Amino acid sequence: MRRYSIVVAHKKTSIYPLCSEDKLRYSAFNILKQALTGHNGWKPAWRNPEPKPEYDIIIVGGGGHGLATAHYLASIFNKKNIAVLEKGWIGGGNVGRNTTIIRSNYLLHENEGFYEFSLKLWEDLEQDLNYNAMVSQRGIINLYHSDPQRDAYIRRGNAMMLNGADAVLLDADEVRRKCPFLNFDNARFPIMGGLWQPRGGTVRHDAVAWGYARAADQRGVDIIQNCEVTGFKIENGKCTGVDTSRGFIKAKKIGVSVAGSSSRVMAKASIRLPIESHVLQAFVSEGLKPVIPGVITYGAGHFYVSQSDKGGLVFGGDIDGYNSYAQRGGMPVVQDVCEGGMSVMPMIGKARILRMWGGIVDMSMDGSPIIDKTHIDGLYFNGGWCYGGFKATPASGYSFAHLIATDTPHKTAQAYRFDRFEKGGMIDEKGMGGQPNLH
Amino acid sequence: MIINHPLLGPRDASEFVVLGDASLIDRPNRKSETAARDFYEYQYLRNNPAGEHRELWFHEQGDRSWLVVTRNTLTHKITHVELAREFARSQGRSK
Ligand SMILES: Cc1cc2nc3c(=O)[nH]c(=O)nc-3n(C[C@H](O)[C@H](O)[C@H](O)COP(=O)(O)OP(=O)(O)OC[C@H]3O[C@@H](n4cnc5c(N)ncnc54)[C@H](O)[C@@H]3O)c2cc1C
Repeated sequence: MRRYSIVVAHKKTSIYPLCSEDKLRYSAFNILKQALTGHNGWKPAWRNPEPKPEYDIIIVGGGGHGLATAHYLASIFNKKNIAVLEKGWIGGGNVGRNTTIIRSNYLLHENEGFYEFSLKLWEDLEQDLNYNAMVSQRGIINLYHSDPQRDAYIRRGNAMMLNGADAVLLDADEVRRKCPFLNFDNARFPIMGGLWQPRGGTVRHDAVAWGYARAADQRGVDIIQNCEVTGFKIENGKCTGVDTSRGFIKAKKIGVSVAGSSSRVMAKASIRLPIESHVLQAFVSEGLKPVIPGVITYGAGHFYVSQSDKGGLVFGGDIDGYNSYAQRGGMPVVQDVCEGGMSVMPMIGKARILRMWGGIVDMSMDGSPIIDKTHIDGLYFNGGWCYGGFKATPASGYSFAHLIATDTPHKTAQAYRFDRFEKGGMIDEKGMGGQPNLH
Repeated sequence: MIINHPLLGPRDASEFVVLGDASLIDRPNRKSETAARDFYEYQYLRNNPAGEHRELWFHEQGDRSWLVVTRNTLTHKITHVELAREFARSQGRSK
């Protein structure tokens, strides 16, 4: 598959400035040595430091985006004296709850350039972090079921290619060769083909949090868990620190990246957001032999599925649709998702569901994210990732680090501003209007 | 979730569609000097509280009435349901 080079902001900094000790730690030699000595020599992958009274930069939220931000601040932008404050444990939020799909198959250019940048960062992530995140480019197929839907996918595919991404239009026979088990002859929604992005795929989600944490820690970032931010100190329009469950911590710059908790946290700085928190559910079946080649999305109902490396079918669909912070959803969506699955892939009916869960996603008014300064000096915001922020993790971290370090937006994230709603510049992929539960 | 419809009694939430925060009833005055800002805030900004939330639900697969449902977003527990019309009147809206 074609590989792409990455454009980094500061050309003199290599993207792989790994120290030799780091290279050694997960080397084949070291793994063999540990295996022969009972695996007693492994050290924790990151430190557990006490918070210092003051930092140059504080990132609030130890999810994928917060940890990636800290990593790129330290590695690409050469920043020092950084802390990530996490109220629970890192990886306990949506980064550990999502269905792990990565792709860059967006239509609007405000989005596509950004998500393609992210996919390129995914392609080199494991080398950058020296950590096996199981980035697997097994491909994603969006099925189409009518002529107009095919035309829309052709347009989308062209938009993707214009932004340097890969896209292939498949007809029904080509889809049949890849996925013979699908319900091609459904009377109402026959499968006519699909838009295939071969470079899309899945990534081991927990490993993303751990890999970024380990890499950031090695560059001196303090990752402080069980440290909830409870307030912001704001003096003369400038944010100078945060109150936390472990005391006040001073900082020159503070970046908030708390996904589903965005409104709750920013309310402490008296900022109202164009965001509602909603619950999204996910499902995993019992482990099966490999049956699905990549990621498949249904074009006539909201259902998507892939297969994890452990063999479970990982699938999901729509958000429940009402505001929620409960991290659990209701039966109507369970039924809807299962009906979608049975409609497009009847064989799924034979698999038993092993687990299901919900996560709280930060649904923005146009379905697109925000990476921007706030009107308060020194306070930066990253959120509104909806149900699709996992794939954005590297580019979101990179762009947020760029914004915090340079006070200018990264070139792929220039449209993700607060003021787009007031100025009529919505980035509405689905053309649904300003209602979060329709995106 | 079961919504206790003031006219029809307990109904499954799946009969409804939900629009969101009931503050959407408070449409700003388009003649106000601050109308542009007011409409932006009305249309796009939300309190999005963790806890009690008043929201608009439409009984699409029922009697097609609009309801104001008071629901806790942390527990999904519904504590109060009233017709949107009555709620709006109690807020001083005449139409
Ligand atoms: C079921 C489900 C499936 C999904 N599937 C996909 C998918 O297939 N592909 C995709 O691209 N995206 C998917 N997503 C979306 C994706 O998971 C999120 O958009 C993304 O993980 C959000 O960024 P994050 O990792 O930084 O969030 P999180 O991991 O939620 O991180 C935010 C962190 O902030 C912490 N925090 C909150 N408040 C405070 C406070 N006051 N002080 C300190 N810390 C605080 C939280 O504890 C949390 O750890 C899915 C989401 C869900 C729920």
